[in-house]
Amino acid sequence: MRKEKEKNIYVWPGLAIMEFLTAIALTIILLVWALLINAPLLEIANPGISENPSRAPWYFIGLQELLVYFDPWIAGVMIPFIIIVCLMIIPYIDNNPAGRGEYTFSLRKFALINFNIGFLMWLILIFTGYFLRGPNWQFYWPWESWEAAKQVEENLWSLDPVYGLAGLAAYFGAGLAIPRLISPRFYRKCGFKRYVIVMTSMLLMYAVPIKIFLRLVFNIKYILVTPWFNI
Amino acid sequence: MSKKKRLWKRIRHSRVWKSIFRHGYEDTKRNRILQIRSNIFLHIHPAKIPSQAGKIRFTWCMGGITFFLFIMEVVTGILLMFYYRPVTEYAYLDMKYLEFDVPFGLILRNIHRWAAHLMVATIMLHMLRVFLTGSYKPPREFNWVIGVTLLALTFLLSFTGYLLPWDQLAYWAITVGTNMIRAMPFIGHEGPFAFVNKYNDIRFMLLGGTGIGPNALLRFYVLHIMVLPAAAIIFIGLHFWRIRKDGGISRPL
Repeated sequence: MRKEKEKNIYVWPGLAIMEFLTAIALTIILLVWALLINAPLLEIANPGISENPSRAPWYFIGLQELLVYFDPWIAGVMIPFIIIVCLMIIPYIDNNPAGRGEYTFSLRKFALINFNIGFLMWLILIFTGYFLRGPNWQFYWPWESWEAAKQVEENLWSLDPVYGLAGLAAYFGAGLAIPRLISPRFYRKCGFKRYVIVMTSMLLMYAVPIKIFLRLVFNIKYILVTPWFNI
Repeated sequence: MSKKKRLWKRIRHSRVWKSIFRHGYEDTKRNRILQIRSNIFLHIHPAKIPSQAGKIRFTWCMGGITFFLFIMEVVTGILLMFYYRPVTEYAYLDMKYLEFDVPFGLILRNIHRWAAHLMVATIMLHMLRVFLTGSYKPPREFNWVIGVTLLALTFLLSFTGYLLPWDQLAYWAITVGTNMIRAMPFIGHEGPFAFVNKYNDIRFMLLGGTGIGPNALLRFYVLHIMVLPAAAIIFIGLHFWRIRKDGGISRPL
């Protein structure tokens, strides 16, 4: 397939012209955008009067939204840190040689499905935080008025540390063991170290929506309570 | 030959002209290659690329657009620096000054703001495209790592710029953002296993105080106009260099 398409073109003028045209088009778009819509500017900063709700910039709202479900050290520090590290190690843990430099779904199902779920989760969190949160970060549908006060807090409860620890151990233990039993081929292809790294990052990623689910449906505040930190 | 044409010919054959423009403009293969090779700005390109690699439906053009938006940010940012003082007494007044007094000041600030938002979006789309086309696979692994670094730098650039207007939106958004840093394990004073207090933890280091005040404004300003752009320029250079060195523009190798 590659051979028949392998035709080289000169960058000048073909590609260079396209780049200049794109630059001009973008300049026009930005100019029109800037003429039509003004950048926001509220009152002068006043530490005495807080904005309600005060929102982080939109690209960080995903993390702010996670504050509902996690303590700040997880939502604001550990999750972004783990996301960045996991993104960086992707090329080194993905040893599937297929689909290098071309669009394919069938040859890279595992990688594409999981990456896109992660990407989508990030977008959903941003959307929820930006459009569906009102005063005191309470949930409001777009058609609901912010005037109507929401009930502040449901009765949240935490798991007993013993059950919590057992639950976490079961989640990660089963998460590491079951795929190996179901698909020994996948395990063989990865090798032990790569398998553990891949599955751990996957389990960490899916732990986020699971915790959100537990919180929303069963009102669980913490899965694990310790004197030093809570998860 | 008319007088005008003769003059034009003399100019083009002069030593001065030839010292600046090294080759003619006739449409020859040699000139097409020289046009790229002998121009410092264009020579980041190869002289030829595979025809399907340059297709917009393949690349989405998102990397290039992100780079262009970065240039746009640098240009408008430098112009804004002429009018903006990172001091709590003046920062907000300078925003009003830009809005009402500086010719085209409002447009300048608008472009800077919207291009920044757009850049965060396009860099995320660029990452998605690179993942979908498997373009991080060997030999391009390390360029993906550089790309993730650039993603983080873009977030930080945008975040530090957010405080500078010194209005309520800026102040409380940065409050929300920097409050999370308090909870950093070990080095944040509210984090697990903290061995610091609020006067010597990581948040104090970033803000130059326990809250967002004049020091924080100045620090964010210096980070925003000097430290982070310099880092971004270095990593952008590396990123482009490695595209050429690691197999060229994305395509099956």
